[in-house]
Amino acid sequence: MNWILALPELVLACCGMAILVIGVLNKRDMFQACSMLTVGAFLLTAVLVIAGPTGVGYSGMYTADAFSLFVKLMILAAAGLGVIVALDYNEHANMQRFEFPVLVLYAATGMMLMASSSNMMTMYVGVELMSLSIYVLAAFARDELRSAEAGLKYFVLGALASGLMLYGISLVYGFSGSMGFEQMAKVLADPAKVSPGLVVGLVFIVAGLAFKISAVPFHMWTPDVYEGAPTPVTAFMGTAPKVAAMALLIRVMATPFGHLLAQWQQLIVLVAIASMVLGSFAAIAQKNIKRLMAYSSIGHMGYALIGLAAGNAVGVRGVLFYLFTYIFMNAGTFACIIAMRRKGRYVEGIADLAGLSRTDPALAMWLAVFMFSMAGIPPFSGFLGKYFIFTAAVQQGLWTLAVIGVLTSVVGAYYYIRIIKVMYFDAPAEAFDARPGSLSFVAAASGLFTTLFFFYPAPVVAAAEAAAKVLFR
Amino acid sequence: MNAAGFPLLSLVTWLPIAGVLFLMSVRGDEETVASNARWGALWTSLVVFALSLVLWVKFNQADGGFQFVENAAWLPQWGISYKLGVDGISVLFVLLSTALTPICILASWDAIQTRVREYMIAFLILETMMVGMFAALDAIVFYMFFEGVLIPMYLIIGVWGGPRRVYAAIKFFLYTLAGSVLMLLALLAIWYQAGTTDLVTLLHTNIPVTMQSWLFIAFFASFAVKVPMWPVHTWLPDAHVEAPTAGSVILAGVLLKMGAYGFLRFSVPMLPVATANFAPFIYTLSVVAVIYTSLVAFAQTDMKKLIAYSSVAHMGVVTIGIFTVNAQGISGALFQMLSHGVVSAALFLCVGVVYDRIHSREIARYGGLASRMPKYAFAFMLFSMASCGLPGTAGFVGEFLVLVGAFKVNFWLAGLGSLGMILGAAYMLYLYRRVIFGVITRDDLKSILDLSAREVMVFAPLVILTMWMGVYPSSFTGFFDAAVNALVDHHHAAIASTSKLAGVFAR
Repeated sequence: MNWILALPELVLACCGMAILVIGVLNKRDMFQACSMLTVGAFLLTAVLVIAGPTGVGYSGMYTADAFSLFVKLMILAAAGLGVIVALDYNEHANMQRFEFPVLVLYAATGMMLMASSSNMMTMYVGVELMSLSIYVLAAFARDELRSAEAGLKYFVLGALASGLMLYGISLVYGFSGSMGFEQMAKVLADPAKVSPGLVVGLVFIVAGLAFKISAVPFHMWTPDVYEGAPTPVTAFMGTAPKVAAMALLIRVMATPFGHLLAQWQQLIVLVAIASMVLGSFAAIAQKNIKRLMAYSSIGHMGYALIGLAAGNAVGVRGVLFYLFTYIFMNAGTFACIIAMRRKGRYVEGIADLAGLSRTDPALAMWLAVFMFSMAGIPPFSGFLGKYFIFTAAVQQGLWTLAVIGVLTSVVGAYYYIRIIKVMYFDAPAEAFDARPGSLSFVAAASGLFTTLFFFYPAPVVAAAEAAAKVLFR
Repeated sequence: MNAAGFPLLSLVTWLPIAGVLFLMSVRGDEETVASNARWGALWTSLVVFALSLVLWVKFNQADGGFQFVENAAWLPQWGISYKLGVDGISVLFVLLSTALTPICILASWDAIQTRVREYMIAFLILETMMVGMFAALDAIVFYMFFEGVLIPMYLIIGVWGGPRRVYAAIKFFLYTLAGSVLMLLALLAIWYQAGTTDLVTLLHTNIPVTMQSWLFIAFFASFAVKVPMWPVHTWLPDAHVEAPTAGSVILAGVLLKMGAYGFLRFSVPMLPVATANFAPFIYTLSVVAVIYTSLVAFAQTDMKKLIAYSSVAHMGVVTIGIFTVNAQGISGALFQMLSHGVVSAALFLCVGVVYDRIHSREIARYGGLASRMPKYAFAFMLFSMASCGLPGTAGFVGEFLVLVGAFKVNFWLAGLGSLGMILGAAYMLYLYRRVIFGVITRDDLKSILDLSAREVMVFAPLVILTMWMGVYPSSFTGFFDAAVNALVDHHHAAIASTSKLAGVFAR
């Protein structure tokens, strides 16, 4: 048995346990130290992921390939940024407990498992490991009503979604006679084997995963949970889990159900259109920037789904590239949001940003960069992401999807530039407290990436293409 | 390598960004930063202008193709490269952009007192985007510059604009973006069809006739908003009125030309059949624009709004010229674009001069300025005359050529188009009389000062250009004659081959 394949996950899980022990045994406040160790563990895992072999192991339950490599690196980067933006916030919000980075670490382990799963069981275990960790994280500010409410809401709805997915898995298993992706693909290659029951199962699995990426109509929890959860948790939830769930959705659609393109394409097209439309229109009326980002993320997942709807390697390349640009934009935006602290209290209103360009020009500039980028204005990285998505749509002749996509992106641009308007055109409000170095670092690093990425995107496109080609042989 | 022996166009495009980096690095109190920003921006833009003059000298006028071409791999596997170059159609617009930027910076010297550094940074970024847009020879690079212009312009209108700046800025942004995103889909479709985004190759790619109409509509959505054509021109008066003087100057001088340039660069050469089919539609919109917006201009009480509407009318003449697709029409359109770029820019500067002194743009607020401001009255008169198309000034040549081109197509088109000249003369003279002549009634106008030395420096190059273009137009038309002839020949050859093909199928 080739257990070396899963070495990154094993190492990461062991690091998690070690950090937990370190945290428990020390009497002192170990939050900062454990966070640093967690970031170190992520770096170590990233090295192992890059250096590790590819292949199928554990009786076909686990696959390490170019696709999982690309996705895992994105997950680790996003999780690392998530830990860093929490450093200062948790100190101020009285959440400086060492369990925080450990939970992020285990969530990341689950996500990596999702990226590598090639069996319905591995997939489910990965999803649950991720979800359970995030349920706890969402309720991490345990003295705060909003946070507890967010955690509970996410847990109840998430459990429902898990149930749906599990039911779908059981149906699919019953009708295809297998759990492994490869075996299922072989069985389903014969159109006669595709029964309505199997398609129902497929729909349930899509519903369960659509919940995790908060695509319409399974988005209801997103605004409330985003708003209620502690902001660093929101930042984390907006990036890594989305990447992992989207990657899993791609793999499930492409590998076991690859021959059922006709059945699921319509589904994905509808979900994509609904997400883009709702994400752009519902965001207009928002006054809380975290809720706004929730709707924005719904819209972004809609765009990413366009690439999946294309159902070929070009489309998946677009999705991966899009997610790559998205995690940096999102992490940077949330670094700016976490920096919104006035007289020791965190504020979340869009109006609180008024005149930020006068009181903190650097922060305003980075946030403006992220907003322009999310709106898809060149030369920022968000434009390139949209470009590769729409390329796939045009190539496949999905004109309805493409036209609706670009038009909703104009509606989306309205609320993004409204934030810039508040920061640059309005009279200044009281200044925010001094920014800690960790947030400045994440904002500046993500901002520089977002701004300068257009100079040399070729290696990332090539890596995304190599990853996508694995799924469509 | 190209005629200059070094990557000239890249240098002209990106040098302003170096200026931006310098401006950002300046430390000190607000006064130091502001003064450094002004001088830094001015010198950067002057150096860029001096460099761009190499284009004027070294450009081979006999060659209708692209010159000073640079090519660097960007996304080579996907047929996208960073490619720059100019032909006769674009070279003068590069020069127009580089020439207007220092003038704008000089014009904002005293008018802008808040956040000077950010203002100058926005202008330098804008210069990069404008020059890059005109020099781009790759559809995606073109699109990136075309859209990138929105960012600095949005900030210039929104931060340094007038009372309704927020509304104007957001309207400007969303109108332009809505059109542009459809163009992005069209570019992607062309890329998928041809396998490359290299404009030089695309100019000679045959696109299926059925596809041409859809692509034309998508391009039209983008360029018509940018030109702007009636009825999607409504963002322009708002943007012009609210923008600071220099913002209006760049908007009228260069940004409006981007739409017309897009028609010439994409729609006419790449989609010949659709161009021929849609020409009557464009003529109709243009004639409506010429007559209707001229009448609207007549009724304005705000000077900037009047000139903004006159811009819409003048750009209507340009679109008529482009879609006649004959040598006179297109040459006229190009010349009209250049002259409008100089003259309307100058007119907005004229409004800026009195606005800086009295802080009002109401026409009724003024009167009798001739006795107190003779230099100003002279400059304003020259530009007003040029705007009406008086022979001997820049405005005449373009309108005349367009009308000659239009006569070849249709008598009524030319007849209705020329109404614009008459109406233009009416509203400009009416404006001039109300502002400059008459008796001074208000006390603050009695002590108004004539042009300062700095303002004379701002106006002098524009006065010279206006006269030069009117008296000796062939030093400008010489640049684009070869390219225009090649474009027209290519268009007619494409139409002929398509109809021959259609004939074959019909049989």
